[in-house]
Amino acid sequence: MSVYQKNEVIEVKTSRTLSLVVDNQPGTLARVIGLFSGRGYNIESLNVTEIDKIRNLSRISLVTRGTSMTIEQIKSQLLRIVPVHIVRDLTLEGPFIKSELALVKLVVKGANRVEALRIAETFRARTLDVTLSSFVFELTGKPSKLDAFTDLMRSLGDTEISRTGVSAISRGEKTETKLLDQI
Amino acid sequence: MTLNYISGAEAVIKALVDNEVEVIFGYPGGAVLPLYDALFENKKIKHILVRHEQAAVHAAEGYARSTGKVGCVLVTSGPGATNAITGLTDALMDSIPIICLSGQVPTHLIGTDAFQEADTTGISRPCTKHNYLVKDADKLCEIIHRSFHIASSGRPGPVLIDLPKDIQLSNVKYVDKISKIKKINNNNSSNIDENLINKVATLLLQAERPIIYGGGGIINSGPTASKLLTELVDILDCPVTLTLMGLGCVPNTNKNFLGMLGMHGTYEANLAMHNCDVMLNVGARFDDRVTGRLNAFSPNSKKVHIDVDKSSINKVVSVDYGIVGDCKEVLSALIKEVKKLHNQKTIKSKTKWWSQINQWKDKDSLGFKQIGNNIKPQQAIKSLYEQTKNFDTYITTEVGQHQMWAAQYFGFSKPNHWMTSGGLGTMGYGLPSSVGVQIAHPKSLVIDISGEASFLMNMQELSTIVQYKLPIKIFILNNEWMGMVRQWQELNHGSRYSESYTASLPDFVKLAESFGIHGLRVDNINNLEATIDEMINIKGPVIADIRVEKEENCFPMIPSGAAHNEMILSSDDNNKDTSNEGLALV
Repeated sequence: MSVYQKNEVIEVKTSRTLSLVVDNQPGTLARVIGLFSGRGYNIESLNVTEIDKIRNLSRISLVTRGTSMTIEQIKSQLLRIVPVHIVRDLTLEGPFIKSELALVKLVVKGANRVEALRIAETFRARTLDVTLSSFVFELTGKPSKLDAFTDLMRSLGDTEISRTGVSAISRGEKTETKLLDQI
Repeated sequence: MTLNYISGAEAVIKALVDNEVEVIFGYPGGAVLPLYDALFENKKIKHILVRHEQAAVHAAEGYARSTGKVGCVLVTSGPGATNAITGLTDALMDSIPIICLSGQVPTHLIGTDAFQEADTTGISRPCTKHNYLVKDADKLCEIIHRSFHIASSGRPGPVLIDLPKDIQLSNVKYVDKISKIKKINNNNSSNIDENLINKVATLLLQAERPIIYGGGGIINSGPTASKLLTELVDILDCPVTLTLMGLGCVPNTNKNFLGMLGMHGTYEANLAMHNCDVMLNVGARFDDRVTGRLNAFSPNSKKVHIDVDKSSINKVVSVDYGIVGDCKEVLSALIKEVKKLHNQKTIKSKTKWWSQINQWKDKDSLGFKQIGNNIKPQQAIKSLYEQTKNFDTYITTEVGQHQMWAAQYFGFSKPNHWMTSGGLGTMGYGLPSSVGVQIAHPKSLVIDISGEASFLMNMQELSTIVQYKLPIKIFILNNEWMGMVRQWQELNHGSRYSESYTASLPDFVKLAESFGIHGLRVDNINNLEATIDEMINIKGPVIADIRVEKEENCFPMIPSGAAHNEMILSSDDNNKDTSNEGLALV
């Protein structure tokens, strides 16, 4: 198909943050991910966990990249998946907050230990684990802040990094309660 | 155990009956023995034993497409389920409502690589509209009822329910079908609003060169949608063309019908699409077989797209107005509005547009010359049509040249009478599909128009046909080639016919006789009509081996990577080389 389409106008691809409410059941995540791989869309970040135990619902926060036509297509395709109930395009809706958590292990000895702690303090990272030769830091915030922190840590020693992926929510008083009640 | 409890297997069968299932196509095996046991004494559901699970799904598709009901399939675990996958994908691509029940190893053995275990829900996830693995017997009944709703609502599709053997054997309390199923998600919500309908109606009335292009969504919407479409065409007096999936929505005899469009569509249909100023797409999806090269597709038109599936709108072609909704509802609103506006102003004169179209028609793009005694495949289909048009005839096809000739030369006057694999293009679809059609319409004339290569792909179903005494007529256009492959090799690969010759063919007449049915053969044009007559008049199933001109190609054709206005009409026309980009396309 793509060979047919020689786009004369090259449209810019932008990053979009989508927020999905889905049934928390086996196979739902596989369907969402399968849609992206099967149709050749990108996933830049993905974060899933249960948000409502009574109604058995999970939220998927997802960052993808594409032209506006592709993004519209992704949203419509996501809504075709039976256990997907709500698809919100936070980027399009207005101001929203993106936050992520990182756990960073740094193996470090000597003078660099002080430097590591100083940087951690500057970034307001918490120190979760200390040995004579290592630290584990916990840091939350915007992905760009986490990137900057992990880059600095890498330059100080051997690192191991675990990040949650972006979790996102819109600013202001608007909630999904009414939509959720319809499920 | 109280009297209220029945076995899981009995509950499944009861749920099928509650959902108005009358026929189920299947093949038994270890993991579905409890279900087969429950079927054994059941009088309400007729089980049709196929000879391969792929055929079970195609038969159910034929049943569903010719009746508008949900088709039902029952297969065992492991190989039973994996064999059904092609059929399920076919049903997904063509939006056919199917329920496929598959057996599974007992829940405690799932994940242990048990005998005949396969990750059926995992494998079938991308080729079903939805699927379930029933792990909790209490949810069994609800899942089945819900599956029928999912399969048949919105844009229809296949739903698979994987049933572990222990669930089939457990005691469950039967739960009745709830009359109102809660909204599954908001994708099916239509946006038919007065304002939009008014704009579209105005656009259609003001158009100088309008065209309506209809597809399978109209068939899925029910016979009323076809009537409404024909009514709209008559009011607007505009040309109408149909996709392969939509044939029959508008009677072939309607004066405004230009024939099928697309890769092997008529010259007038494709040029009218290319040159129109307003295009109304009803229930079609701008498939690549229809559009040709996208950046040259109908460049100067305003486009309106009616589709029940929001994701079809603006998927490959950007449209000016997208209407999400069921074809019959949208068409009825649109007709009302057009009639209302029509009283206020007159429709623009389309004399110029029609005279242009008639000039294109004069090219006679479906014309062919019957020379000598060899049978031209086009003539074979034409004669078949002429001699069967007074019957209630249902046509199924396989995939390839014979399929395109059937679409071009057979006339369809009613919806639901034409069953062909459009989206997936599954060779071997037609024979099992005809089984489903004949089961649904025992009194009607059911013909599988086939090619010899496609026929070989599912010919085991001859055994099913004989077992159930189905008077299916198998009309094989035998040219000893995988014709469409050979045609593409001729056009794009310097006539290097790599592996496209169908060697070691059986003697089809003797093959028929070995199954105890009639076999006919004809290779001379002078005997064609008599052979077709004989085929129709024989009470039981018939294999008719129609030996046709071997090197005949299917024209007109939009070469791959070309646009609607770059059609080739015959072999002599093919002086342009296919572009490198075109070569990469299928």
